[in-house]
Amino acid sequence: MQRIGVFVCHCGTNIAATVDVKAVAEALSHEPGVVVSQDYQYMCSESGQELVKNAIKEHGLTGVVICSCSPRMHENTFRKAAASAGLNPYLVEIANIREQCSWIHKNIASATDKAVILGKAAVAKVHLNAPLTAGESPVVKRALVIGGGIAGIQTALDIAEAGFDVDIVEKEPTIGGKMAQIDKTFPTLDCAACILTPKMVEASQNERITIHSFSEVSDVKGFVGNFTVTIKKKARYVDETKCTGCGLCTEKCPMKKVPNEFNMGLDNRTAVYIPFAQAVPKVATIDPNYCMMLKNGKCGVCSKVCSVGAIDYKQTDRFIEQKYGAIVVATGFNPIKLDKYDEFAYSCCPDVVTSLELERLMNAAGPNGGTLLRPSDKTHPHTIVFVQCVGSRCDDEKGKPYCSKICCMYTAKHAMLIREKYPDTEVYVFYIDVRTPGKNFDEFYRRAVEQYNVHYIKGMVGKVTPKADGKIDVQASDLLSNEQLHINADMVVLAAAIEPDKTARPLATMLTTQMDTNDFFTEAHPKLRPVESATAGIFLSGACQGPKDIPETVAQASAAAAKAIGLLCKNSITCNPCVAHSDELMCNGCSACEKVCPYGAITYQDKEFRMPDRSTAIRRVASVNPAVCQGCGACTVACPSGAMDLNGFSNSQIMAEVDAICK
Amino acid sequence: MNKNEKDWIDITSGVNVRKCMRCGKCSATCPSYDEMEYHPHQFVYMVEKGDIEPLLNSVSLYKCLTCFACVERCPRGVEPAKVIEAVRLTAVRKQGNNHLLPDQIPDMLDDDLPQQAIVTAFRKYTK
Repeated sequence: MQRIGVFVCHCGTNIAATVDVKAVAEALSHEPGVVVSQDYQYMCSESGQELVKNAIKEHGLTGVVICSCSPRMHENTFRKAAASAGLNPYLVEIANIREQCSWIHKNIASATDKAVILGKAAVAKVHLNAPLTAGESPVVKRALVIGGGIAGIQTALDIAEAGFDVDIVEKEPTIGGKMAQIDKTFPTLDCAACILTPKMVEASQNERITIHSFSEVSDVKGFVGNFTVTIKKKARYVDETKCTGCGLCTEKCPMKKVPNEFNMGLDNRTAVYIPFAQAVPKVATIDPNYCMMLKNGKCGVCSKVCSVGAIDYKQTDRFIEQKYGAIVVATGFNPIKLDKYDEFAYSCCPDVVTSLELERLMNAAGPNGGTLLRPSDKTHPHTIVFVQCVGSRCDDEKGKPYCSKICCMYTAKHAMLIREKYPDTEVYVFYIDVRTPGKNFDEFYRRAVEQYNVHYIKGMVGKVTPKADGKIDVQASDLLSNEQLHINADMVVLAAAIEPDKTARPLATMLTTQMDTNDFFTEAHPKLRPVESATAGIFLSGACQGPKDIPETVAQASAAAAKAIGLLCKNSITCNPCVAHSDELMCNGCSACEKVCPYGAITYQDKEFRMPDRSTAIRRVASVNPAVCQGCGACTVACPSGAMDLNGFSNSQIMAEVDAICK
Repeated sequence: MNKNEKDWIDITSGVNVRKCMRCGKCSATCPSYDEMEYHPHQFVYMVEKGDIEPLLNSVSLYKCLTCFACVERCPRGVEPAKVIEAVRLTAVRKQGNNHLLPDQIPDMLDDDLPQQAIVTAFRKYTK
């Protein structure tokens, strides 16, 4: 015979103002099996918990129902209290009479009725609760960081600092990411390379960090604490262990007309190349799309000049497999393509550039050695127009619905740098709003206006027209003076929206993590768990989770590292016992559960069964890996034969709840 | 503010003027800008406020070329040209308060009547 205790919480006035808690306690005391039913002002308080603990001991309770707030809030509190009183924590049920009752109803009588019904459902369920024991699973003490930009580098450095091995997988030939392409950083205007490259070097020299450059994650299996990841090391046709990065091959390569992606295609590189001087690892890579030796077997100059014999035209993609306890995603962002915004003439006019292109045009290692010249005729521009919000804050068909966050600040930075270096240049910035929340950010923008005399005009550019004389007509609104302007510009700079890297979507599928409609990774909780994904053991770092500037990215990178370290510190982790299991005798091997499982927790295997006639039959049956299962219950719904069931939320428990509600 | 008129414009234009984020790109792109007293972004804003009377009496109504550049380029998909068209319709339908049944139109047709006039008649005369 069950002995159930019911505890109804007032939650101050949160519940008690709308629900007659005494009436609820009284009504539930008549439910079958209920031996004690009490109400209390704050059940989650120390004394409230004491009440529950004492009742468990005094009445020898076999089940507890707490009528209170959402189980998301205090289920753990009461489970712990029950455990400390010697009751299995999974024999505690919560009836949510706050979020799902008192907060959403006004009428006391009907809210009280509903609270009683919710309580009855919980009592009916707890009758069928079985004690569950959480298992344990070991943790592999190694982390994987996907993406080698500033986010990935910072995360890796922090994890290594804590004494754990960490691998960085970077798809480009060098780590550094977008920050390596940036000229100066706001709001202090220090040189990006000067602060980034020491960190890149630190990462390469740290003996706990392994950098897999020019590599991609091709498969992820396993679960928190025990991921098995396959890394594809793309053929770079250069032996990384031999190459010294001397650069002789890049000097001698006859194929010199390859668009240089590091400089945003504004100049050319050779077919064998090192992306930039401070690249890490400083190893050459051969671009198979342009290398004449690889395309038609005629050339081989690089292998002749290489004094260490590092060139290997026969190299193929290699796959390595490695186990990890934690994975940090740091896949970063890209500016969007601007081809569809015809009105800005980006595709047809070389002097209309994106902000990232402007970074390269102004950088000392850029195509013009740091002198700002128009890409078309290499002359000094005297009038430059900046256009904000290109593709940001649009409705879904026109672009991205979000604010890209960094554009206001980097545009102020560009405007200021140009006015500082070339005081004879007039700079116009067309803005919708100037958004500069951040430490010293608004001061920075005001400095651009007040000290550097940058012309900020509220309004959007409607049309950019390249003219025959090489000038560019910019037609725009000045909303504050209510006029339409025409500016005769030499250059136009577009603040393109940023979007997550294209590799993020397939990666999210491999990691079974969630993304929003814009392909940004979704955090487990937007406020309270901002660097964890909803999938255990997968953490988020940098702009892959949302638009971010460098300070924020670094902060989040360290936060993600802290979370990963917290996981790696443990020798084993407690698993959630509320997982699915299949009744092998009922399973018909249809694979329906395997298809709906978002975590890849279900596998099928052939098993021998003794049949009623004593013969042996081999049947294909489902089995659940309890360490991978997250207890979502999708399989139990999909299973046509009722073989799948979820511990703690079994089909019979849910039916009992439904019956109690409908009675 | 004339609520009926605003509702009528909302319905006939099919535009949610509250989607506007006041970037002014419609007016930035408008080829008739200099001819207009009220500019496309003002049409959107004034309709949102319900300040429709000045628009009905403004020559701006007839300066819009309906080129749809503003519709094409509005980042928020507000479609200012449709708002202007709806205000124009309101003005046209007010004048003289003519009421003609659609059934009466076929009898009035003759071969010399340009098609545009028929379309305008349909626009002008409410059912």
